[in-house]
Amino acid sequence: MIDQSVCLAGVTLKNPIVAASGTFGFGREYGTFYDLSELGAICVKGLTPRRREGNPPPRIAETPMGIINSVGLQNPGVDAFIAAELPELRRHDVKIIANISGDTPEEYGEMCEKLSAAGVDLVEVNISCPNVKAGGLAYGTKPELAAEVTALAKRHSTVPVMVKLSPNVTDITEIAKAVAEAGADALSLINTLRGMRIDVNTRRPILRQNTGGLSGPAVLPVAVRMVWEVACAVKLPILGMGGVSCGSDAVQLMLAGASAVAVGTACFTDPYAPVKVRDELTQIAQSQGHGRVAELTGGVLPW
Amino acid sequence: MSLQKICEIIAAEPLTPHAYSITLEAGRIAEEARAGQFVHIRCGDGLLLRRPISICDVNGSRLRIVFEVRGEGTRWLALRGAGEALDVLGPLGHGFDLTGEKLLLVGGGIGVPPMLHTANCSGGEVHAALGFRSADRAMLISEFQQAAKTVAVASDDGSIGVHGYVDGLVREAAARENGFSAILACGPKPMLRSVAAVAAELQIPCQVSMEERMGCGVGACLVCACKTADGHYRHACKDGPVFRAEEVCWDD
Ligand SMILES: Cc1cc2nc3c(=O)[nH]c(=O)nc-3n(C[C@H](O)[C@H](O)[C@H](O)COP(=O)(O)OP(=O)(O)OC[C@H]3O[C@@H](n4cnc5c(N)ncnc54)[C@H](O)[C@@H]3O)c2cc1C
Ligand SMILES: Cc1cc2nc3c(=O)[nH]c(=O)nc-3n(C[C@H](O)[C@H](O)[C@H](O)COP(=O)(O)O)c2cc1C
Repeated sequence: MIDQSVCLAGVTLKNPIVAASGTFGFGREYGTFYDLSELGAICVKGLTPRRREGNPPPRIAETPMGIINSVGLQNPGVDAFIAAELPELRRHDVKIIANISGDTPEEYGEMCEKLSAAGVDLVEVNISCPNVKAGGLAYGTKPELAAEVTALAKRHSTVPVMVKLSPNVTDITEIAKAVAEAGADALSLINTLRGMRIDVNTRRPILRQNTGGLSGPAVLPVAVRMVWEVACAVKLPILGMGGVSCGSDAVQLMLAGASAVAVGTACFTDPYAPVKVRDELTQIAQSQGHGRVAELTGGVLPW
Repeated sequence: MSLQKICEIIAAEPLTPHAYSITLEAGRIAEEARAGQFVHIRCGDGLLLRRPISICDVNGSRLRIVFEVRGEGTRWLALRGAGEALDVLGPLGHGFDLTGEKLLLVGGGIGVPPMLHTANCSGGEVHAALGFRSADRAMLISEFQQAAKTVAVASDDGSIGVHGYVDGLVREAAARENGFSAILACGPKPMLRSVAAVAAELQIPCQVSMEERMGCGVGACLVCACKTADGHYRHACKDGPVFRAEEVCWDD
């Protein structure tokens, strides 16, 4: 049997498939369909220092081969996560990645301290949420701010820090380089692309917030391109995501330079999507004669 | 426990010029279904999001849904025929609490179908109040007559039953039959709001089934937010679709 394990910023995942933040809750729901230990890692719903209610509904609109969401980081707060959800997640043999968003760089630092102490395996610093006013995307589109948040997160963490990049920028490598210089251990990309959909009869946007973040198969080519650009520009391991719904989608992201791959929106269509993507990816690597799936990383042969 | 299953269509037929009925061989999804729960159905390869449809009735391992064509997904569903298969996730959600000796079930429009399963699940005495826009949209009345002690019908235009809304029927039923233990309702939000108001006035506990645009259907993605009276958001797919009327924020 082919070796499925991969390494992400010094953390060994038993396979390269990660549940994407915000699409998998804290694992409880999909854990009734399959054993969470089937996955390489679970990236939990975005956490904030205190409980957040999120945005008014409707929070979702369907688009051709995609969805636009504006959940607005609804979550119980970092302390409630540590007390009520983390112990439950820890009962499974799966790495836990805590996804965090703050309103100030200091808030990121504060959460990193708590989560490191609580024993998550990795912190994913979200500087790319398009659905909140403060923090979020504001940090992800300016290299100096992205670097400042990264440096603070690093200073307050004892576990590896991965920074999640936004595709809503002109040059993603500029942000990637700034974050790498500030000490990030890994990068994850892409978060959702800003989008909008209007009901032509009511002339109202479907989303109550007017705009939201586009994800799903429609964004895969953008994700592959951006992972490839970032992989060429910086030497950090990459968690690739955006539109993966089958094994060959995941292989594309790995060939472009990702060490591991997250599956998000595909779960809504098929709860078993992450497990199926893992099996298909393994199958493809095996049929191409690899002994380890990790050998796919960066294997693209660009013209 | 909910599961995903490819279910064979046993029967598919139009019920009214606007509504369709599909009966599925759904195995444990049907066997475990409780009143007020729903199934999340994949509507072809081109649509990423499943469509939530209430369970209208259950017979052993067979499950029936009734739906109106509203857009792409339900249009696709309406074109399915016996022998084809549907990808179904279910049973999902928190349904109706059926405790009580005597229940008044209230359905409006496409909110009528789930009240049939609710009637068939309840052990006690059941009365039904059903509202439709017009006679050509009326459905399932004879099934309700089998399942309930009394069935009152109203229509917005007077073309069938009483001319008026279901909240009027609720008042009448409460005046006629004393001692309802609870009122259980499903329908459009304005209807639920007025039924909840009447129930509060009559001091009868009321439960309502809410609709909201959904993603995963299982409680993981948090998109189907329903605002509650305390200002928090809960989720139609997992905390609901059935909520106690006093839990719901009725403004907007
Ligand atoms: C818990 C629950 C139970 C339901 N039970 C029934 C039922 O038994 N029979 C029935 O006819 N309808 C029912 N509905 C409404 C049904 O889900 C929508 O009519 C259907 O999703 C419309 O899909 P579409 O592709 O035809 O419409 P489109 O407008 O093309 O759909 C676009 C998107 O919006 C969503 N959407 C549109 N209208 C609604 C709505 N009213 N509620 C939730 N999501 C919506 C769709 O699911 C889809 O994601 C129920 C809704 C919920 C939440
Ligand atoms: C409903 C929803 C909620 C999300 N919430 C978060 C979040 O809290 N934090 C975050 O970093 N990304 C969040 N994302 C983005 C995903 O993690 C992922 O980057 C994006 O959806 C692209 O992958 P996909 O096409 O496989 O879904 C969310 C996405 C969706 C669809």
